[in-house]
Amino acid sequence: MAIPESTVLVVVGPSGAGKSSFLRLLNRLDEPTERMVLLDGEDYRNIPPRALRRRVGLVPQDPALVPGTVFDNVARGPLLRDETHLEELLERLGLTGYEDRDVEELSGGEKQRIAIARTLLNDPDVLLLDEPTSHLDSAAEERVETLLVDLIHELDLTVVMVTHDEDQARRIGDRVLVLRDGRLDRVGPVEEVLA
Amino acid sequence: MDAVIEEFLEQFADPVLLTGLAQVAVAAALAALVVGLSHLRGLTLERELAVALVRGLIQIVAMGSIVGVLLTVDFVWSGVILLGMMIGATWISKNRGEGLPGVVRVSFFAIVFGSGLVIITMTLAGAIEATVRNLVPVGSMIIANAMQINSLALDRFKSEIASNRAEIEAGLALGAPPAAVISRHVETGVQASLIPVIDSLKSLGWVWIPGIMAGMILAGENPIYAALYQFVIMAMIFAAGGLTSMTSSLLIGKYVFTDAEQLRRVETDSSS
Repeated sequence: MAIPESTVLVVVGPSGAGKSSFLRLLNRLDEPTERMVLLDGEDYRNIPPRALRRRVGLVPQDPALVPGTVFDNVARGPLLRDETHLEELLERLGLTGYEDRDVEELSGGEKQRIAIARTLLNDPDVLLLDEPTSHLDSAAEERVETLLVDLIHELDLTVVMVTHDEDQARRIGDRVLVLRDGRLDRVGPVEEVLA
Repeated sequence: MDAVIEEFLEQFADPVLLTGLAQVAVAAALAALVVGLSHLRGLTLERELAVALVRGLIQIVAMGSIVGVLLTVDFVWSGVILLGMMIGATWISKNRGEGLPGVVRVSFFAIVFGSGLVIITMTLAGAIEATVRNLVPVGSMIIANAMQINSLALDRFKSEIASNRAEIEAGLALGAPPAAVISRHVETGVQASLIPVIDSLKSLGWVWIPGIMAGMILAGENPIYAALYQFVIMAMIFAAGGLTSMTSSLLIGKYVFTDAEQLRRVETDSSS
């Protein structure tokens, strides 16, 4: 199965179907036991893990921020420490002036946006999103979703997004992958698969 | 040889042993009370407590009965005896870190390195007399403490990993180096492991007058010298323990990742 550049692939399926595991595999947090994952035609095991993870960035379901300030969190990990880029991105995500805030004080939506910001600071080619709005109330969900849609188009990202919400899949996705019991069930354009 | 065996057997006929057994009975009654309370409170520790008590008694009496012979062997044997103790310490300590990858290798190396370095340095400096009767008891004290500190470090590190898995993996997923992602948890393990020995140092002399110092004073040694030597012992324990827990935490912090920089499963890990 191939994921074309600059498309948004949504991954749906019942819980326990392996949706999160699929994203972990693409980020190589877990090792493929059979078959291969290719990135631009190259076996991803030939790419040093850190370089791979910067190119294929994962925003986990649980933002799992490190205790400290927002700056501690977004400046961690990325190769890029260009602060103009950082400021611009924080502004883009509606987080201007948040640098010195303690992450403990933030709302769920704010934490999620910080998790997205710290992944995007790596300037990834592929963005993996694990249920990015599942922990949020509906106002925050709408805000994060709109933001994601804008960013995806603006940065021309290739995206693999897990969601349990088929409406969200229709709104954001170009293509859909349905997983069932850890196996590929169906894959195709959103309008066909989720008709 | 006959004289050695005769001497060995003679110590069992000493009437003082009856007094000793009576004392053991009283202490054991108190210990049994704790085991009983543990059972009543449902701590499920009573088995481990009871086994540890009985095992401790048997081991120390066995050691007591051969120590007279042990302390008269050639000096070269002291290295072998201490190494044996380090192996024993590894064995006990690894149970606390069960489930962590490479825990036996790591514990052995850390205990040998931490306590070995301190024992050798202090022997060369003359602070530990280079005789079996000094080297073995003082060395064993250092090794036992290194073991305890190593166990605490591993135990704490294991629970750090279990409860912070999401944070560690979020860091890895960003392409951060494993050493940077884990360092906060390595430090927590080392800090936690050193709390008891730091508290002992703080209370030294006013809450606690340790046995060695008391024994030296009773044996007629200059009390100030006895105090200084007691400090030397405490400092050795601290140094050996600190080196051990830093070594084991750093090494475990590496072993816990695969070559592809993935966080390995730790057996007690409750997360999915």
